[in-house]
Amino acid sequence: MKDMFLAVWRYRHFIISSIRNDLRSRFARSKLGAVWMILQPLAQVAIYSLVLSRIMSAKLPGIDNRYAYSLYLLSGMLAWSLFSEIVSRSITVFVDNGSLLKKIVFPRVCLPITVVGSALVNNLLLFLMTIVVFALLGHLPTLTLLWVPALMFCTIALGLGLGLLLGVLNVFVRDINQVMVVILQLWFWLTPIVYMISIVPPQLMYVMRLNPMYWIVTEYQALLVYGRAPDPMSLLPIGVSALVLLILGLLLFRRAATDMVDVL
Amino acid sequence: MSTPVLRLENIGKSYREYGSEWRRFGTWVGWHSRRIKEHWVLRNVSFNVMPGEALGIVGQNGAGKSTLLKIVTGTLGATEGKVSASGRIAAILELGMGFNPDLTGRENVAHSAGLMGFSRAQIDSLMPDIEAFAEVGEYFDEPLRTYSSGMQMRVAFSLATASRPDVLIVDEALSVGDAYFVHKCFKRIRQFRDEGTTLLIVSHDKAAIQGLCDRAIMIDKGRLIADGTPQQVLDLYNALIADMENSAITQIDAGGQTATLSGTGEATIESVHLETPDQKVVDYVGVGDPIELVIRARLRHAIPCLVVGYMIRDRLGQVMYGTNTSYTNQVAANVSADDLVEVRSRFDLNLGVGTYSVSVALTSTETHLADNYEWRDLALVFTVANMGRTPFVGHAWLPPVITVACNGCVLSEASSDDGTDNACLVSGHG
Repeated sequence: MKDMFLAVWRYRHFIISSIRNDLRSRFARSKLGAVWMILQPLAQVAIYSLVLSRIMSAKLPGIDNRYAYSLYLLSGMLAWSLFSEIVSRSITVFVDNGSLLKKIVFPRVCLPITVVGSALVNNLLLFLMTIVVFALLGHLPTLTLLWVPALMFCTIALGLGLGLLLGVLNVFVRDINQVMVVILQLWFWLTPIVYMISIVPPQLMYVMRLNPMYWIVTEYQALLVYGRAPDPMSLLPIGVSALVLLILGLLLFRRAATDMVDVL
Repeated sequence: MSTPVLRLENIGKSYREYGSEWRRFGTWVGWHSRRIKEHWVLRNVSFNVMPGEALGIVGQNGAGKSTLLKIVTGTLGATEGKVSASGRIAAILELGMGFNPDLTGRENVAHSAGLMGFSRAQIDSLMPDIEAFAEVGEYFDEPLRTYSSGMQMRVAFSLATASRPDVLIVDEALSVGDAYFVHKCFKRIRQFRDEGTTLLIVSHDKAAIQGLCDRAIMIDKGRLIADGTPQQVLDLYNALIADMENSAITQIDAGGQTATLSGTGEATIESVHLETPDQKVVDYVGVGDPIELVIRARLRHAIPCLVVGYMIRDRLGQVMYGTNTSYTNQVAANVSADDLVEVRSRFDLNLGVGTYSVSVALTSTETHLADNYEWRDLALVFTVANMGRTPFVGHAWLPPVITVACNGCVLSEASSDDGTDNACLVSGHG
């Protein structure tokens, strides 16, 4: 593991320039450029708010704001977009860079790190935008926002761990990518992002608790909408399991790295 | 004697096929599956390369050359054996890997140099050299998608050779680009070699291998089958290719008949050799020396007429000269079984320096398409060396008498046909 970190440190400039190129090439030759990065999720939130606010607003207790549902939606989206971007891009990162892996010697772990970096930049921009939107809707930021990095870290660890595991396996069984497109959609709806936890039947709550994203998303909502700092004790299990998943993913990645180039 | 910069010990590479991918995943956690199909693409390859040595690697497509290079660079792991390398290895495997069409040449260079492991400071200091060597002008700051493929190649090559590596691997990458830039590339590669870089060159371009390398190896079907001077190895490579062509041709000739591959066999070639005027058998001849090609054929059956033909080919298989006894009206008529026919052909060997091969044919007419008794390519391989003649280039030896005149006044006259340097000053300025 140690040499892996050393290699990453030596290649830090490459990682940074990869992230920059990744962001740039995604919006190259579009007039609005990077604005699209935040415009897309905001538009999505706007659509959901428009369609669902009447149905849902009645069910959001304890908050005195006309736009409460939009705030709720935005905070859930912030968590989900980080998670789903890391997972879905980690799954294909090795296949997409197959020719690079075959031809050039460089620390392979740079690739998933670049994915995380670019998703993180994306998400930070969205986060800043969220704060601005919140302020515009009359919900001013508080100091508890300092907890956001901790939540982001959990989300990244979970997403990267899962993405690495599936990304390595996807090199050998390409169906994984196809299946995961569907599963991520389903997962989105199984997580209380668009709807409130209060509409879930109590007898199904134990299933809900098995979903790690349930914990993360609800912490995001509690923090951003209600200004409630997360309880470290409730964050701990999710953080630990995310870390375990990440370590598992890294171990599998190391074990499979040589085999991977053979089949790419 | 220094230590090798590159040491390959018993390298083997196999691609494994598992009955199911689950078995493959199983091997990662130490569960060994028996139902593995192994497909070896390289086996038992061992060689050392010394610092400053230039090694050419030849072999047919699919022989395993590129796999070998990937194992040397480290992108591919060897299944068995050990590779140890010292120093920085740079590979020109695929120029322009990882280039992004929306970034400018400069940005792409900075990014890819990072990929090659250079630090930010190193990149900054190398950038002016890279820009200057690529010679793409102001395009260097334009997006790569506006480049022609030749320009991309220029930038990529400049980057790949920006700083002198300890080992440089060149894999067929120089086949693109205009003649000017290719020459420039070779010049830089030569310069690296002279400064002590070890070269590993894969090429089908024999001139490149002969021009750059001082040693060559040949890979065939995943095995190292030759290791020697470029000349030796390339001759063997030619022989291998010619061998394949030969069998193809004779199969066509045999069309319909139940003939052996090398002809119908009524007459067979017993021996082919070169003799000097004093009856010494040689395979090393000086330019322009008188020589005698002796072909002996043994008859297996009585045949009405036998024509003996031969062709002298250069190492690329081009015919330098060919004739037969039908052209010269010397057909051996009505020869009977067990007769030995000897054809002696005396000539001055007016060929340039190089290796040549002799193909011999025993037929019934001047073409081998009627009755082909035996056809043998590479029946004899011999080397022509310049032993004391005035230096010259080319395949033919056409010794001239050269007169140099200035303002109608002859300065010198020289003849290069007799092997002595007899350029003599006829008259000076006067």
